[in-house]
Amino acid sequence: MTELPNPAPKPTWREWLMTDAPASRRQARAAAWYAGWCAFRGNTLAMAGLIVLIVLILAAVFAPWLATHDPFAQDLAMRLKAPGEEGFLLGSDSLGRDIYSRLLFGARISLYIVALVALVAPLLGLIIGTIAGYMGGWVDIVLMRFTDIFLAFPRLILALAFVAALGAGIENAVLAISLTAWPPYARIARAETLTIRNSDYIHAIRLQGAGAVRIITRHVWPLCISSLVIRVTLDMAGIILTAAGLGFLGLGAQPPSPEWGAMVSEGRKYILDYWWVATIPGLAIFAISLAFNLLGDGLRDVLDPKESKS
Amino acid sequence: MSDTLLDVENLWVRFPTRNGIFDAVRGISFSLGRERLGIVGESGSGKSMTGRAVLKLIRKPGFVEADKMQMGETDLLTASERDMRAIRGRHAAMIMQDPKFSLNPVMTVEQQMVEALTTHERVSRREARSRALEMLDAVAIREPERVLRLYPHEVSGGMGQRIMIAMMLIPDPEILIADEPTSALDVSVQLQVLEIMDKLVKDRGMGLIFISHDLNLVANFCDRVAVMYAGRIVEVCEAGKLQEAQHPYTRGLLNAVPDLEHPRDRLEVLERDPAWREAPSVSAR
Amino acid sequence: MTEVTQHSEDRRGPVLPPWLKKLAATLLTVAVTLLGLLFVTFMIGRVMPIDPVLAVIGERATQAQYDAAYLELGLDKSLLEQFFIYVRDVLSGDFGKSIRTGQQVTTDIARVFPATLELATLGTIIGIVLGVPLGVMAAVYRGSWIDQTARFVGLIGYSMPIFWLGLVGLLIFYGILDWVEGPGRLGVFYQGLVTERTGLLLVDSAIDGDWTVFKNAFGHIILPAALLGYYSLAYISRMTRSFMLEQLNSEYVTTARVKGLSERKVIWRHAFRNIRIQLITVIALAYANLLEGSVLTEIIFAWPGLGSYITTSLLANDMNSVLGGTVVIGTIFVGLNIFSDLLYRFFDPRAK
Repeated sequence: MTELPNPAPKPTWREWLMTDAPASRRQARAAAWYAGWCAFRGNTLAMAGLIVLIVLILAAVFAPWLATHDPFAQDLAMRLKAPGEEGFLLGSDSLGRDIYSRLLFGARISLYIVALVALVAPLLGLIIGTIAGYMGGWVDIVLMRFTDIFLAFPRLILALAFVAALGAGIENAVLAISLTAWPPYARIARAETLTIRNSDYIHAIRLQGAGAVRIITRHVWPLCISSLVIRVTLDMAGIILTAAGLGFLGLGAQPPSPEWGAMVSEGRKYILDYWWVATIPGLAIFAISLAFNLLGDGLRDVLDPKESKS
Repeated sequence: MSDTLLDVENLWVRFPTRNGIFDAVRGISFSLGRERLGIVGESGSGKSMTGRAVLKLIRKPGFVEADKMQMGETDLLTASERDMRAIRGRHAAMIMQDPKFSLNPVMTVEQQMVEALTTHERVSRREARSRALEMLDAVAIREPERVLRLYPHEVSGGMGQRIMIAMMLIPDPEILIADEPTSALDVSVQLQVLEIMDKLVKDRGMGLIFISHDLNLVANFCDRVAVMYAGRIVEVCEAGKLQEAQHPYTRGLLNAVPDLEHPRDRLEVLERDPAWREAPSVSAR
Repeated sequence: MTEVTQHSEDRRGPVLPPWLKKLAATLLTVAVTLLGLLFVTFMIGRVMPIDPVLAVIGERATQAQYDAAYLELGLDKSLLEQFFIYVRDVLSGDFGKSIRTGQQVTTDIARVFPATLELATLGTIIGIVLGVPLGVMAAVYRGSWIDQTARFVGLIGYSMPIFWLGLVGLLIFYGILDWVEGPGRLGVFYQGLVTERTGLLLVDSAIDGDWTVFKNAFGHIILPAALLGYYSLAYISRMTRSFMLEQLNSEYVTTARVKGLSERKVIWRHAFRNIRIQLITVIALAYANLLEGSVLTEIIFAWPGLGSYITTSLLANDMNSVLGGTVVIGTIFVGLNIFSDLLYRFFDPRAK
């Protein structure tokens, strides 16, 4: 009797996810995500990047509770205190403001800029790239020529010129960075569109009477998203560095806002005697962009196996 | 020098992977005299790996194990990388599938041929060049002077493969391993290239290992045929007696080819018996 | 019969050799790109919230002076006309006057550019000399400690804010260790000692044989150049590695091994030879990036180059200088791209 096969036990979540023969499309998709997550989890560095980012996001969200001082409160009597002195965890700056608290609030600005650019630039690229790829002909030529012109521009210089024209400030910095960052996305979106455009199901939709706008937004865009997401993640570090660079030059967030680049710039005068004022915000920038780089590399390994082999 | 050029016993080619060790070649034995030995099998049967293992060109992390690997006087198992370099090209050479990829695209034919020779012999540039010209002539290339100056992308596939043969034979090796030498070529030039190769191998009294998936081609150009399946040799027979082959896999391969003189309505589909996998290797020594 | 052939030849027009056609196409692309570049800078100049007239004559000018300046600047004409005039001026090397320095922008740029050129060139040389071998070795010994090091170096390079690394470098090597000279191009006591020939201090002092100046200039340039070199190293080694990996997996490399070549020859004579052309493109790009990327470095090291010039002008709302500098850098960018493209055609036997 014991030899009789047991009725198949209800599969555990893990088994359901690991199956070779998914029963539904939903299960197949979930299984693919799970396999990707397993590969990603195996990548120690990428996980480290993810954890750093999560910590950073939490720090930004809970900044008011985590901060020990008012990030804007000046106290000239307490200026340029070394880390640990007088209750300043990471020291104080030239106006006696607590660097640790300013870093926490600065994280909000950095994440805000990254999030905005990561939305605006790919969207701009997506629109231009898919239109060029879908329409073809002279529209394609003109739009791609336009893209090439922007690609030919040195990015930081162009961002500088834009900020100069628009006026300094966070929103304008975001706009300037986005205006310089979209061309690669347009190229990717166009390449994807070209492969999708001639597929049978697009023809089928067209025969059903769908217009260009509907086809592009409903059927082409969703398929371009995944490759754009990888690229954006890889570019995040660059966005952070550009934003910090603008802040450093005094063209991004304006004082007294605790933007990290601007903080480095403020501390620059004192670098030889009071190293921490400029060094600590710089370390923060380094940590966040390193985290994004690690995360991006890990994501690319998971989502784009061809690249990871090389 | 003995007549056995190569003697291999219990050869394994293994690759460590995430899920344990993968065996591409699983304990095969064969020997090669001044003859033409064909190795036939489908993709993944381990036939190419066998060819590369003989030259110890298995890429890391893969590795080779064997009880014996003797080439002429040299024990390949204990040979250092330095010893192997002296053997490669000089004693045993190899021709690969597609000259488009196996010739260096940014070096001229002359540079590549001269290099093959000067690696093993101290010869003047002029002599190397004249030997290269001779060799090109031997593989029936007209205007060899002009061809020497060409880059690989400027020659046709058939010509490229003949250049490859000439280049490999320049240092006068005793063993030639031809790994699917004509699969990438136009049908119209396949026979021509094979005949040239065959003639050179015969005239020089070399040993040839001819690796192919095409059983009939091998039967026509070889003396003995070893049939590989899943990393093992399942059958060895004289090329002339191939029609008498016993093993169901060999029979399947033979029957899967259309025959103009005996047309059939349906070609047989190759069936694979998992038991073949486990059957011990047949020796081709 | 004769008529027919005659006719068909007529229709074909003059037969151009293919390379000439390609060259023409390339030149057209360059022209269009440069025109686009000018258009973008022109538009930036127009949408500026700063009144260009006030910038020239100052806040206290009378209405009459204002109107005269308005006309003189051609602001009464249509945008298209203004753009046309702008292009014409730029083509004749006229970017207008700098409000800040009171000089022609062209003169200013000619004065500051050699400093940037010297810095970026030295940086690129450092990047090539270290980055190429590192990339090759990382590919050859894939997964080894060399490979890990290369990856690490690259990651740090891609994540470090350059202006911050510059500051820390100054703090350590100048402030604490005192191994290098401080900010600037040359110490106060060494100014004006060498005849200006190329504007490149290292070259000029070497020509003059004035080695004390050379030594001082070197002490000043080495830290910023090493910094830029590091960034270019990170990029060059990463690209070299991936190019090499691709080549090392190809069949002709196996052929070379079958011939019995030593590993050194297989790597350098065969595989590396095949990536040289791709590398040229990467290096040209790295060079262009340094010319641009030197903006922040120049600020940190008080380097009197184009980057400093643009930034200072920017902060002074001196738009002519900013746009002039932008156009110059953009043009160099485009030029280097075209240059590497041409080299490609010249060196790759397959492209002919």
